[in-house]
Amino acid sequence: MRANHSIEPERYELLAGPSYSFELDRREFFQFLGAGILVLSLTEISADAQQAKAEEVGAWLHIGEDGSIRAFTGKAEVGQNTRTALVQGIAEELRVAPESVTLLMADTDHVPFDAGTFGSRSMPDMLPKVRRAAATAREILIDRAAELLKVDRANLVAADGRVGEATSGRSLTYGELAKDQTLLRTARTDQGALTPASDWKVMGRVLPKVNGRDFVTGRHRYASDMKLEGMLHGKVVRPPCFGATLVKADTSAAERLPGVTVVREGNFLAVAAPDSATAAEAAAALKAEWNTTEQPSEHELFKLLKERAEARTNSTKGSIEEGFAAADHKFSATYTVAYIAHAPLEPRAALASWENGKLTVWTGTQRPFGVRRELAEAFHIPESRVRVIVPDTASGYGGKHTGEAALEAARLAKEAGKPVKLVWTREEEFTWAYFRPAGVIEVASGVKKDGTLTAWEFHNYNSGASGIATLYEAPHQRVHYHRSQSPLRQGSYRALAATANHFAREVHMDEIAHALGKDPLEFRLQNLTNPRLRTVFERAAEAFHWGKRKPGAGRGFGMGGGYEKGGYVATFAEVSADSGLKQVRVERVVIAFECGAVVNPDMLRNQVEGAVIQGLGGALTEAIHFENGKILNPRFSRYRVPRFRDVPVIESVLVNRPDLPPAGAGETPIVGIAPAISNAIFQAVGVRLRSLPMLPESIQS
Amino acid sequence: MADPRPERVRSLHINGRAVTIDVRGDRTLLSVLREDLDLTGAKYGCGEGQCGACTVLVDGAPVRSCVMPVRAVRNKRITTIEGLEQDGKLHPVQQAFLDYGAFQCAFCTSGMIMAATALLNKKPNPSESEIRASLDGNLCRCGTYPRIIAAVKAAGKALRHES
Repeated sequence: MRANHSIEPERYELLAGPSYSFELDRREFFQFLGAGILVLSLTEISADAQQAKAEEVGAWLHIGEDGSIRAFTGKAEVGQNTRTALVQGIAEELRVAPESVTLLMADTDHVPFDAGTFGSRSMPDMLPKVRRAAATAREILIDRAAELLKVDRANLVAADGRVGEATSGRSLTYGELAKDQTLLRTARTDQGALTPASDWKVMGRVLPKVNGRDFVTGRHRYASDMKLEGMLHGKVVRPPCFGATLVKADTSAAERLPGVTVVREGNFLAVAAPDSATAAEAAAALKAEWNTTEQPSEHELFKLLKERAEARTNSTKGSIEEGFAAADHKFSATYTVAYIAHAPLEPRAALASWENGKLTVWTGTQRPFGVRRELAEAFHIPESRVRVIVPDTASGYGGKHTGEAALEAARLAKEAGKPVKLVWTREEEFTWAYFRPAGVIEVASGVKKDGTLTAWEFHNYNSGASGIATLYEAPHQRVHYHRSQSPLRQGSYRALAATANHFAREVHMDEIAHALGKDPLEFRLQNLTNPRLRTVFERAAEAFHWGKRKPGAGRGFGMGGGYEKGGYVATFAEVSADSGLKQVRVERVVIAFECGAVVNPDMLRNQVEGAVIQGLGGALTEAIHFENGKILNPRFSRYRVPRFRDVPVIESVLVNRPDLPPAGAGETPIVGIAPAISNAIFQAVGVRLRSLPMLPESIQS
Repeated sequence: MADPRPERVRSLHINGRAVTIDVRGDRTLLSVLREDLDLTGAKYGCGEGQCGACTVLVDGAPVRSCVMPVRAVRNKRITTIEGLEQDGKLHPVQQAFLDYGAFQCAFCTSGMIMAATALLNKKPNPSESEIRASLDGNLCRCGTYPRIIAAVKAAGKALRHES
């Protein structure tokens, strides 16, 4: 078994083309789905610049003889309520109530390939696909009705699961229209019209989470809740630190326990037992000897990242030397961000079962097809012999792109000849998952007396290139992302490096404004032409009453904003702080966000507010501490995430643009909160905080 | 290492019913609920009583079942999320969480609802700061805290109406 422990800093930017070669087998489809009308939604994709464009099946939708409406997508529900938003889109185009739509998500045997649920792509990519399929199905139903009722199709209207003629009152249900059909059509997302936002009846409105009742009753089964007959419980014996190799293991005592299976292969050492208590006992009874070597420590982190750096992407505009020569004032500062953990409340979990050489795994992941590939590679079997099923999952925030628990459970299940469930402990999740990259950011700027930017130089070491381009007009720019060798395993995180890059840029802009004695909002707008970004800054400022009131003693106001992934955000914060920064509290936050047409305002607000609250942690207190290859704070009592007591008053201003297609909202609203807090702290107490987290010593007792 | 003759627990009182089991008394209540009784509404989130995902009620008080040995609750009344719904009707706290969309991934929801139910049973009209203080031990990583506060207030109102 091979465990892949290298992961690209920003994995989804390296989107591989679909490994899935799809052959339309009509017979197979209808065998599985039953008779009816089936629409496959195709998108033209450019898999590789060197290759011709290919078509990819993005989603499919089936209307059965009983009138059932089932749609299939490779996206996973990870808590952002993608399921609900997609159901709204299907219901809208098919002119039916959302309750009549069933959406099957993320089951690799039964849904089309999808690269994964990340990068805020579900709304811009998958929503048009399912809507397109639904709109095409609606037109087919109208054609069928015209044929059966022998009337002009122009007089027919689809509504509430029927197609009818208003004048005669005659109508047929969708089920009647689908009866005895095995009709397969394809639809292209770039062809045909979708219902315009002005006519929306289901989209654009509040619709509660479609399967919400299952969650408030505890009935929903996450991967960690799954159970199979005869199932065993797995437990992995972890090395004492990173980079260790297994020298020897005495497994005899563990193997004497009833029903225990021990697996030792390479550095993988694990047990499976009939219950978790016996599994824990067996794991403790294994006497393992590990060979360890010296590993990096936190105190040398930023030095290491710079030493190991290589220039990766360069973006220049004009001549930076000219830009600095034209400046009346020059500024430079260094900003840092620590590694942080996603800490999804459900740790990694998987249930694996082998039957007749086929592996089925239920697991919580954002990349079901990616995990299928990992499993196929690890066990040297074709992907067709692996099925990955993702029950609606308890969050990822970019942290569940990989299938570690799935691999481990599958390896144990293979050995034991029985299904095995493996649930990582919190400590394992904090240690053996991957982190948001740490980074060093160096900024230098030049500005004229009147506040016009002339030069902008920006170097990001290791944390990533997302959101690195400046939003402000500077005629001379040098912007570099320096890839580095991270001492800890790192990967995606909600909004990726956009958080770090926006932090450095927006704090630096504040530093310039204060040095010039200019109002920070005015200074930004002076150098900003993007109309969508100007709008969110202006709308947030208005709601915050920026400039209309002054902060009281020990209070400060600050702002930060930007754009990324089709979303535009401006965040304003009011904080209270004492001069020693012992008592810092974010009192009030106003956030304006625009991501095109709003699909579901309540869920959008939920994402926006959630991003602000989650962002408080990375801004103020969250940091992974490590020494010589060991994580020093792998538990919630030592890793301080936002709690009820930390929550400020939040006012969110949703800027709706029905004239623009919807973009995602899961990520971008997080990028403005950290700089807004830093800038507000500066105004409150005159201390400039350039490192995330800003208050790392604030560990709860 | 394991106690050579561990004390065993053979019955528990859960959701209004006596259930027969036969487990070691030093096991956690959470593991017994989830593994032996297939009551998976209470979740494992941290194993150190820090996140509240495993919260159940013991004689009406919120308890972190991940750190509670099962022998300690032998003669007590245990209520889990599965026991709140009555005859297909959601408990007002469950209904309020649904109405206010007080979750995203909802992994914290069972624990939140149990902690909120305990609070409202004791104090039917809590202030916002009382809600914050009594739920502070329950984590929501998706950051839906403001909605949870709104849901708890609404549930309190509904409960006061009922009684």
